[in-house]
Amino acid sequence: MNGEAGDARGQAAMPMKRFQLSEEPIDVGAERPALDHAAAGAYASFEGWVRDHNDGRAVQRLDYQAYAALASTEGEAILDEALVRFRVREARCVHRVGRLAIGDLAVWVGVSADHRGDAFEACRWIIDEVKRRVPIWKNEHYVDGESGWLHPDNRPAEGV
Amino acid sequence: MKLTLLYFASLADRAGCAAETLDSVARTPRELYAEVAQARGFGFAVEHLRVAVNGAFVSWDAPLAAGDEIVFLPPVSGG
Repeated sequence: MNGEAGDARGQAAMPMKRFQLSEEPIDVGAERPALDHAAAGAYASFEGWVRDHNDGRAVQRLDYQAYAALASTEGEAILDEALVRFRVREARCVHRVGRLAIGDLAVWVGVSADHRGDAFEACRWIIDEVKRRVPIWKNEHYVDGESGWLHPDNRPAEGV
Repeated sequence: MKLTLLYFASLADRAGCAAETLDSVARTPRELYAEVAQARGFGFAVEHLRVAVNGAFVSWDAPLAAGDEIVFLPPVSGG
């Protein structure tokens, strides 16, 4: 019993963040155990990778910039919401910021649930909401030397 | 009153800076954006932006107070 009380104190001292921005490469192996739950029979994940082309142009690398204060609270709100909307046990997301190369892992979402259907649905919903709501922007650097910030429809900014 | 603005992505490129402090008589983010967009040459219409004050999303007609930190958020492209 003493041991359990000690564990509980430990958790209270370090509040659990479900959404993280990371300047370092994402280590999926280190993140996934946070989803462990004895009642969970399914784990679904999504990995977003940096691809070498967009909108017909050859991409060399990209930079992600975040408004960190708001991205953290909005990301956390999405994951909290997912736990209410879907029958899942745990959900996590890590999004990279900074400079990324082709093939790098840009975003990871992981969900555990009792059954696979809920895990898949929640995972899909989380990445869609993250892309729609979290203040993070992608600057693509093209092979031809140009670069541009993407604003929706995944096209370089024309609005400014 | 003194306000701080943070800029991101294409708005930072256009402004030529990531942050600025200015004196403004704007009472709302809508009024402030009109003022700043003209000065900086921002082309986004308000309908295509969101606005945050002191780290939280707010409406365009929320009241501003001295010392507020305001961010006009261009359409996001994470993921």
